[in-house]
Amino acid sequence: MADATVQVALTRVAREESGRVLALLARRFGDVDLADESVQDALVEAARVWPVQGVPTNPPGWLLTVAKHKAIDRLRRAASAHRRTMAAARDLSVLQDAEFDDGARGDEMIDDEQPMADDRLRLVLLCCHPALDRDAQVALTLRMVGGLTTPEIASAFLVPEATLAQRIVRAKRKIRDAGIPLSIPADLDGRVDAVLSVLYLIFNEGYLTRSDRDVVVRVDLVDQAMRLLGALAELLPDHAEVDGLLALELFHSSRLATRTDAMGDLVLLDQQDRTRWDLEAIGRANAVLNRAMRRMQPGPYQLQAIIAGHHANARTADDTDWSAIAGLYRQLAAVTPSPVVRLNHAVAVAMADGPHAGLAMLDDLESEGGLEGLDRYHLLHATRAELLLRAGRADDAKRAFVLARATALAPAEQRHLDRRLATLD
Amino acid sequence: MEYMILINADENYEAPAPGTPEFEAMMAPWMAFNQRLIDDGHWIAGANLQPTPTATTVHKRGDAGHTMTDGPYAESKEQMGGFYLVRAADLDEAIELALAIPMPFASIEVRPVAFRPDAS
Repeated sequence: MADATVQVALTRVAREESGRVLALLARRFGDVDLADESVQDALVEAARVWPVQGVPTNPPGWLLTVAKHKAIDRLRRAASAHRRTMAAARDLSVLQDAEFDDGARGDEMIDDEQPMADDRLRLVLLCCHPALDRDAQVALTLRMVGGLTTPEIASAFLVPEATLAQRIVRAKRKIRDAGIPLSIPADLDGRVDAVLSVLYLIFNEGYLTRSDRDVVVRVDLVDQAMRLLGALAELLPDHAEVDGLLALELFHSSRLATRTDAMGDLVLLDQQDRTRWDLEAIGRANAVLNRAMRRMQPGPYQLQAIIAGHHANARTADDTDWSAIAGLYRQLAAVTPSPVVRLNHAVAVAMADGPHAGLAMLDDLESEGGLEGLDRYHLLHATRAELLLRAGRADDAKRAFVLARATALAPAEQRHLDRRLATLD
Repeated sequence: MEYMILINADENYEAPAPGTPEFEAMMAPWMAFNQRLIDDGHWIAGANLQPTPTATTVHKRGDAGHTMTDGPYAESKEQMGGFYLVRAADLDEAIELALAIPMPFASIEVRPVAFRPDAS
């Protein structure tokens, strides 16, 4: 069998099926760490065996069977050493007869769709449990739900492999020792919000590093985040915000090709070549957003998606409906009054009602401390500079650009501000 | 599982004097919460502690012997003021109990018990 075919099958079973298998084993064995290690063992075995023996007819069934046997091996090895795992192994022999015992056919079907969906939801909720810190949530979600390997995750986030491996080990230890449950919590909405922020963070990490031409990553976090979000939307068909975030990410991804130039420098929205936007992604985003809004459960992700949709569906920058966008930012600021949202609100107001209205909002924002905690403070200065320029106050604009340049950290942003300053000389 | 719930809060507040209606009003939610823990089978132990000036910390230094300091282990804006030792199915249930503690402002640490010699 051609190596490429085997490689595709291996990647596919890891990305699309290993999370299901892990979720099922985690529930059956009541041990997430065991399930995770066993699935990793099985994937390693697949990489060893498939190139020789060929891809099995039912790869997920093969993975389940092998992972199950790996888990039993691990429990047996541990059983002699530890009383607690001995008890688990006893339970296991009963469980094996009742639930798994269809021999070594190697082609077990994963059926029973409903419990499977629940298992996967439990697993993703566990990975994003608020008792784990954010870095651990991200790593666990990509590894256990997304089927990425530790080296792949480490390379995508530009952290040393040992650091990431340690992070995963610690998180799994806390899950076990603190008794973090694999369950559907009473406060499902709050916990789904935690999952969405993890998936959005993964997306943003991919979206931002993609523009950095110095960085070569082995997995594309944009694709991973959207794939996981698509799966979550299937698991939670009644949660409008899941679709809201999916639509938002689709709108963003439609501009991936145009948001930076050949040099890797940022291209602002009004300068982008809109004929190169991905119309298929925009069409999908529109459909997903409509589906979300029909459920009449408004939320911050849907609001952001509607805003992104106004931009994506405007055929030229001049067609943008800025007064609608300003209204949406006002609603968004009422729900999530973050400094960046309020800054964007001021920009939209400036576009709709003129630079003076926007500048007045920036002044209010600064005087009332509304920008407290803005870690990208240069954005305030850069925004003010652009508005001052439009108001015909070139000298004040220049001073603001200089302030922005002094506080900007990202090289791409520094280059952008240098270019803006150069146009003023 | 069993969880230790450690309640940290600012101890510098004026509590109403025992016997006053204000005192009764302050205590009522605590009595209700304690009763709930007992009724639902969560209760193992719990106590309100004397304020930190009564604390003594003993630092054991191996072969170098030990020293003793006047006060709690860590000085901070909030002090450990009490604890519960509870039975709970998992961390989520323990956190639910911690959130039900009738104090509007507190930092509450929830930690699983590893081993307890008198556990049945």
